[in-house]
Amino acid sequence: MTRFLFRRLAILLPTLLFVSIIIFGLQQLLPGDPAIAMAGEERDPETIAQIREKYNLNKPIHERYLLWIGGVLQGDFGESIRIQLPVSQLLVEKLPVTIELAILSMLVALGIGLPAGMISALYNGRWPDYVANVVGLWGLSTPNFWLGIMMILLFSVELGWLPASGYVSPLEDPLGNIEAMIMPAFVLGTGIAAVMMRHTRSAMLQVLSSDYIRTARAKGLREKVVIGKHALRNAAVPVITLGALEFGQLLSGAVLTEQIFSIPGFGKLIVDAVFNRDYAVVQGVVLCTATAYIVLNLLADIAYFLVNPRLRA
Amino acid sequence: MFRHATYAAFAALIMAATPGAISSASAQTLKFGLAEDPDALDPTLARTFVGRVVFSALCDKLVDISPDLKVVPQLATEWSWSADNKSLTFKLRPGVTFHDGEKFDAEAVKYNIERHKTMQGSQRRGELSAVTSVDVVDPLTVKLNTAAPFAPLLATLTDRAGMMISPKAGKALADKFATAPVCAGPFKFVERVAQDRIVLEKFDGYWNKANIHFQRIEFRPFTDATVRLANLRSGQLDILERLAATDAPGVQKDAKLKLGSITEIGYYGITINIGKSDKAKTSALGSSQKIREAFELSLDRNGINKVVFDGLATPGNQWVAPNSPYYAKSSPIPKRDVAKAKALLKEAGNPNPVVNLVTPTTTDARNIAQVVQAMAKEAGFDVRIQATEFATSLNMADKGDFEAYILAWSGRPDPDGNLYSFHGCKQPLNYSGLCNPALDEVLNDSRLTTDMAQRQAAWNKAAAIVLAERPIIYLLHRKWLWAYGNKLSGFKEYPDGLIRFTGMKLG
Repeated sequence: MTRFLFRRLAILLPTLLFVSIIIFGLQQLLPGDPAIAMAGEERDPETIAQIREKYNLNKPIHERYLLWIGGVLQGDFGESIRIQLPVSQLLVEKLPVTIELAILSMLVALGIGLPAGMISALYNGRWPDYVANVVGLWGLSTPNFWLGIMMILLFSVELGWLPASGYVSPLEDPLGNIEAMIMPAFVLGTGIAAVMMRHTRSAMLQVLSSDYIRTARAKGLREKVVIGKHALRNAAVPVITLGALEFGQLLSGAVLTEQIFSIPGFGKLIVDAVFNRDYAVVQGVVLCTATAYIVLNLLADIAYFLVNPRLRA
Repeated sequence: MFRHATYAAFAALIMAATPGAISSASAQTLKFGLAEDPDALDPTLARTFVGRVVFSALCDKLVDISPDLKVVPQLATEWSWSADNKSLTFKLRPGVTFHDGEKFDAEAVKYNIERHKTMQGSQRRGELSAVTSVDVVDPLTVKLNTAAPFAPLLATLTDRAGMMISPKAGKALADKFATAPVCAGPFKFVERVAQDRIVLEKFDGYWNKANIHFQRIEFRPFTDATVRLANLRSGQLDILERLAATDAPGVQKDAKLKLGSITEIGYYGITINIGKSDKAKTSALGSSQKIREAFELSLDRNGINKVVFDGLATPGNQWVAPNSPYYAKSSPIPKRDVAKAKALLKEAGNPNPVVNLVTPTTTDARNIAQVVQAMAKEAGFDVRIQATEFATSLNMADKGDFEAYILAWSGRPDPDGNLYSFHGCKQPLNYSGLCNPALDEVLNDSRLTTDMAQRQAAWNKAAAIVLAERPIIYLLHRKWLWAYGNKLSGFKEYPDGLIRFTGMKLG
């Protein structure tokens, strides 16, 4: 286990370095000039030249990369050309929001997806299975923006129960925070719940038909123990993989959902940054989410160890 | 224990979902919905329209405009041009202080104009390039000198170039001024969370504080127009800017909402590359004045207005709208004439010219492109739409890598701001590449005198030349649309699309 962890950690740094080069390089392929995008409606040539100079845009690409990565290693992610604030400040502001939304959405997804998948597998071919499947398909095929706007129209405009959008920090107003997060977390969570449900169902079906489950039942174990202790743990492996991937996706920001509910997270940040060619912000966000992805995958690997003893060789 | 916690959480959820749980914010706070998140809150560096909306609460200017585009006093109470029109003298309002308690005086004006002119990355440099020096005559009198007469200067100072920041804060924060802006407007800066909110608070030392009726203003960006409106309907907002034209009828029918609208000082038009790059020579539109004329005759501006803007825009053929005092009446809007367009194309020896039309991916621009495509087809044009993301399209325009390009301009109060930079030879926004010495002479003449009749005569001449050459085919002028709750009173529309918070009241 320690050797495994050590090995995984050792490849973490080269992976991130590689990712940083890819991010930086791909960004340069974007058509459009950040200086022109930033120069306002008037686009005074002298101003454009000054912006190029200030943000090192006229230096060769490798020099710019070294300047950027050198800063990143010292915790300096550069400055947003558009709002002229340090990127690190933006990341620190948005990351907790994105993490909170990701966790809440994941809770919704697990809370609906896991039980639905299990019920669906246990009642395979009977009506609970069909109901779960129909609901799952609905969750998969409903576009987030549509569901989001419908929820706003119902719960905010018509009923007036929840705020239509906006974000309140849980430290300022915990209740207000929950009110603001219910709808976006539900919209994001239902989409993932559907996928979770399908995966849990097929993993459970596969496990339930295996020999050791038959043996467990044959030796007279109670169904609760067969399902809870023997079947679920094994069926959990693919679900954990999926969960880690989906969680990573959530951390990279839920662009549409954040736009609709005006949640100031990574999604909004990166979309604005791409359209304004705000390179430093794009790089900072992508590097941050790439790191999160890698760490989550590592955590998923550790989780396999914990649920499945056969992997602890 | 666990069960109790579950019940408690459940109860909290139910309470949260009960009407009335949303705290009714004090009537003293105006909640304003913006269409995007502003850029840097520094008048020298700022470049977005939404930034100007925030500045209208935060930073007063030397002079302002009235709804009919006249220059009116703000921080300066009077002004006069010298006999040779080479200097503009302002008398400043006495007793004005900045949010940090510093005095506003002639020295502060000098500091601000110089900051606009010299700061690295300044967006105001071009606007103020005519100003050569600033003289402090006495503490309340300041003189701006120019090398040659430059009539548009006064109108320039009604916008960001005329905004005054506290010199003390400006010097202390330098290029970080946007993190804690200090001006002399009715509201002072409290906090900004990027992409979430900008909060301002009433400034008790404001010179005109008797007319300010809110304690706070909260600006929140909502990029989606539907979502912005949903927030107004649910009471999360008191007012929003840039209502979608298609939502205007719904707002008018809603008894709880009011609609504000006024014709913009900007325009929508199709810029044609007639000399910016070699593409001008190879394209049908760029190489033939007849084909350009045929193209314009194939278009029905009223039709575009109805389809794209629900009839809410004002069709036009010049850089100012037909209802503007500066419109050249000698050059009226040509009527659609498909037969004549066909005849012109036949004369030009090209009955089915191909037009590659670059359009930014905004909804309005794309819709305009599609309507233009359908209309021009009737005359024989084969319009091919090239929808391109905005930043990329600007780059193409700048390089001359286009034949025709749909572009909007937000407009300036002085017509010079809609005209000179676009049609003057080699000017920064002259994407068409037009270079006409006769036009340059007229444009320069319009800047030399402050006599409006003489300037108008010059603009009439300019209209005749531009409308014949067609570097830009002007199509229409949108309406600025605001929606607000009926508790809000005292709201007045201004053609620059900005808000004047003085006199506005809630409840």
